[in-house]
Amino acid sequence: MNLTLKVWRQANTTTKGNFETYSIEDVSPDMSFLEMMDVLNEELIQKGIDPIAFDHDCREGICGMCSMFINGEAHGPDRLVTTCQLHMRKFKDGDTIIIEPFRAKAFPVVKDLAVDRSAFDRVQHAGGFISVNTSGNTQDANAIPIEKHDADRAFDAATCIGCGACVATCKNASAMLFVSAKVSQYALLPQGKVEATDRVLNMVKQMDEEGFGNCTNTGACEVECPKGISLENIARMNREYLTASIKG
Amino acid sequence: MALSGLFLVVFLGQHFTINLASVVSKDSFNELSHFMGNNPLVQFILQPILIFGVVFHFVMGFILELQNRSARANKYGSYKGSANASWMSRNMILSGVVVLSFLGLHFYDFWVPEMNYKYIEVLPEDPTRYYEELVHKFVSPVRVGLYVVSFFFLALHLLHGFGSSFQSMGLNNKYTPAIKTFTKIFAIAIPAGFVFIALFHHFNAL
Amino acid sequence: MGTLNSNIPEGPLSDKWTQHKSNINLVSPANKRLIDVIVVGTGLAGASASATLAELGYNVKTFCFQDSPRRAHSIAAQGGINAAKNYQGDGDSTHRLFYDTIKGGDYRSREANVHRLAEVSANIIDQCVAQGVPFARDYGGLLDNRSFGGVLVSRTFYAKGQTGQQLLLGAYSAMNRQIGRGKIKMYNRHEMMDLVVVDGKARGIIARNLVTGKLERHGAHSVVIASGGYGNVFFLSTNAMGSNVSASWKIHKKGAHFANPCFTQIHPTCIPVSGDHQSKLTLMSESLRNDGRIWVPKKIEDAKAIREGHLKPTELGEENRDYYLERRYPAFGNLVPRDVASRAAKERCDAGFGVNKTGEAVYLDFATAIVRYGKEEAHVKGLDENDAQLVKKLGQEIVRSKYGNLFQMYEKIVDQNPYETPMMIYPAVHYTMGGTWVDYNLMTSIPGCYAIGEANFSDHGANRLGASALMQGLADGYFVLPYTIGDYLADDIRTGTIATDTPEFDTAEKEVQDRLEAFINNDGKNSVDYYHKKLGKIMWNKCGMSRNEKDLKEAMTEIKELREDFYKNVKVPGGLHEFNEQLAKAGRVADFLELGELFAKDALERNESCGGHFREESQTPEGEALRDDENFTFVSVWEYQGEPAKAKLHKEALNYEEIEVKTRSYK
Repeated sequence: MNLTLKVWRQANTTTKGNFETYSIEDVSPDMSFLEMMDVLNEELIQKGIDPIAFDHDCREGICGMCSMFINGEAHGPDRLVTTCQLHMRKFKDGDTIIIEPFRAKAFPVVKDLAVDRSAFDRVQHAGGFISVNTSGNTQDANAIPIEKHDADRAFDAATCIGCGACVATCKNASAMLFVSAKVSQYALLPQGKVEATDRVLNMVKQMDEEGFGNCTNTGACEVECPKGISLENIARMNREYLTASIKG
Repeated sequence: MALSGLFLVVFLGQHFTINLASVVSKDSFNELSHFMGNNPLVQFILQPILIFGVVFHFVMGFILELQNRSARANKYGSYKGSANASWMSRNMILSGVVVLSFLGLHFYDFWVPEMNYKYIEVLPEDPTRYYEELVHKFVSPVRVGLYVVSFFFLALHLLHGFGSSFQSMGLNNKYTPAIKTFTKIFAIAIPAGFVFIALFHHFNAL
Repeated sequence: MGTLNSNIPEGPLSDKWTQHKSNINLVSPANKRLIDVIVVGTGLAGASASATLAELGYNVKTFCFQDSPRRAHSIAAQGGINAAKNYQGDGDSTHRLFYDTIKGGDYRSREANVHRLAEVSANIIDQCVAQGVPFARDYGGLLDNRSFGGVLVSRTFYAKGQTGQQLLLGAYSAMNRQIGRGKIKMYNRHEMMDLVVVDGKARGIIARNLVTGKLERHGAHSVVIASGGYGNVFFLSTNAMGSNVSASWKIHKKGAHFANPCFTQIHPTCIPVSGDHQSKLTLMSESLRNDGRIWVPKKIEDAKAIREGHLKPTELGEENRDYYLERRYPAFGNLVPRDVASRAAKERCDAGFGVNKTGEAVYLDFATAIVRYGKEEAHVKGLDENDAQLVKKLGQEIVRSKYGNLFQMYEKIVDQNPYETPMMIYPAVHYTMGGTWVDYNLMTSIPGCYAIGEANFSDHGANRLGASALMQGLADGYFVLPYTIGDYLADDIRTGTIATDTPEFDTAEKEVQDRLEAFINNDGKNSVDYYHKKLGKIMWNKCGMSRNEKDLKEAMTEIKELREDFYKNVKVPGGLHEFNEQLAKAGRVADFLELGELFAKDALERNESCGGHFREESQTPEGEALRDDENFTFVSVWEYQGEPAKAKLHKEALNYEEIEVKTRSYK
């Protein structure tokens, strides 16, 4: 099939960007979206045009590095997939596809479609861990049984790949789904409960400092999340935060 | 936001109950209105709290909206909001502003004359004046029209806001679907009730 | 440079590690503050090592080329992690894990290292649980296990199909804690361009900031390479797009020997190639072989009809299916080790029984498992076990709960519903057992330079068992390197900060600068990918699942020619001082073009079949791999001599004290 692509081009963080239009022919429906971009880049290189920069690595939907906003949606029109797992069979011959970077003040553009998501890392530095030494002298793994229900819910929260689709898609560019997934994972496990108070306070403080917007419960993040992280996590974090604030 | 919002929802329910009385019986409406207008607890404790609640809610609303807008300085060229979130949830500021403008009108219609009557001109107490004042206001079709439009937006505001406030306060569990259904019914029924009362008095007065 | 001393401690095998730990030098807590360590790579090995070294008190600088440490490709590991916990009471033990790993590696790994790995394995699980890694649990709240290829016990711990992700996030969280405390300085989007050697010791690196393009000098008392494997030399592999050999190759050129480069694991269960545009291959976890049965049609005309689309696999009766693994290996059946399963698939497809358009795919069928689980579930719920519809529905639910995310992934990629029709799979390059040669302390032949995780060679011999890579990465990073590095660093407590304004750093930076400028200024005509794809084709066709002398010799010549053409005709757009992915890629492909040749040379040299390395000249009459223990029980250790073809071979003899070397049989 033949497509028209309107792609955001921006040389670096400080310059102003704009859309450029490219056409691409003979796209196979079995291609992944990024493979289509590879083909386009190959053509651009041959024509002496700077290829389009975009983040990608594992190309199997788990590393969380790919990050495009395609036709008005994070990771494109398909559900529960990242851009690398989006296939061209989701588009029709003759379509025009608008491709933009994830946009948020906290995610400055590095180049073209690649953005800097280190704000997420900094939120994690603030408390996204359990303070246990890696000495090898921890107690036996089966010493504390964990109810399967809680273990499963902790796992569901932990499946977050940190891609930032929640921020990109939220009309407020809020990072609540990402932060709450981490807070939830630990809040649900006995190992994580010990420092739950400090964790939620510190992580939320850092989140606010990074310039993310506020959560207004539109639920868009949950819909666009490639891993289907639930809004329940945000409620849980709100709960944890309220309790922690009261406790001080 | 959630707490002040929930508080305002409770107030809305109480307001509606009193208004509904005007449809049922002129006397009981007068009686209730007189109580609300002269009881010191209501006048000097609850009324300021209510005013604070309203002011807090909309001031915070504007602040949050500004913060949220600045969290995405560069806008998307194409943003398909409808693909993943309801219109109501994405336009709380719009529905909120409409409701706030209505509050302006509402204050001008009722609260300002009331304050003038009681505290500025200090006119003599008349426990039966309320019903007539009410009916008088609903004669103008323009005002009734504004009422209807405003309550439509209030319904939109509540359709997202009421349910959302539970999520903000950390409540999301197996009862959530039931709570959501209840808030949706409330969000439609109460504004519809207000509209009904306005139309009732308008057409009665013709 | 550096002699080949594996530094294996004396004493009985099972006491070596404990005794070694008690005897090696330590650095006092006060002195650790004076010592800097560089870690390159943030996969399981790099992240866990960074966290633990920082926790011990060293000043750690960690580098990754991705935008966050959490993106490292360990994250993609699906199936699980082995540990000799014996929670299932099925007869597992440290010794059995040790034995299985040696046997699985086809007797080409170092006994002492593997035993240590088995010893610390149990600790890894304790550590991860304490960190909040959400492993799968049973209804009693205890940890669940499953079984993996090549073993007879259930010792694999897992977190649905995302074990690697959960373990990496665990290690990343430990790093976060240290980054928050200021003990780790993290350099994201930085690539190591070269190692700096001062007076024969590794003393720092030249790194490139991939965003600004600026070259940076970083000094340290020791450099740890944890940059993973080199499967991307095949272009198409299950590795991430950015996975590369550059860090390992750069240290190789500075004097670190490279061991067993030809030992590559071809994973049997990957999604088949769909066309020329393919950029990478997607793995389907080996755990699927627990419940999936592998088959091809018995009759060649059926295979042809399926390929042409006239026949559906579900229409083919049991009597017309060839469950070739169950037929050839009745004891292990579908759970034979990866190398065996891969070769068997290739054998069937080469014989014309392949089932997709390209003729390179076999079926992985869950119909039997769905019925079996469905009946069990119906029985438990007291429902009618003979109601086929109900049984199918119940069975599908169980299969969904076990492999749901994998099935979903398959459906997204292939656009077929694997609950209704069998999956199609084909082997793909997945893991490289070979890597930088290290001694027992994980130190390379350059003093002060270490290699851990997939980047080193030591534990998996000629074939790695499933769920062992995660185990090795974390063992090296959490529990081995942090001890052994102290032995070396104990001599460095008075050295002081390593200055970077020295001639050694000047030279190294200049070399890097020249190399990069040469790429940018080269007025070529072909893109970097053009060469990478060509290299991949040579590797896959001539150094792939089955190798022979003629092909390997040709491969060496062709790769050399391709490399020369690359330097002449490669076109790298953009500039030096900007975010330039093509430039970064050019450097990586340049290194693959050298490694590929050494790979072929190593495969040529090893004229025996062992593990993942199959030489057509060395097979039994039934076509099974034939090892030559008399002549090849050694590690091939290559010393760089200016060009890959000229590399000098050293042999590290493998001595088995505890284990009797046997023919590996899974029949």
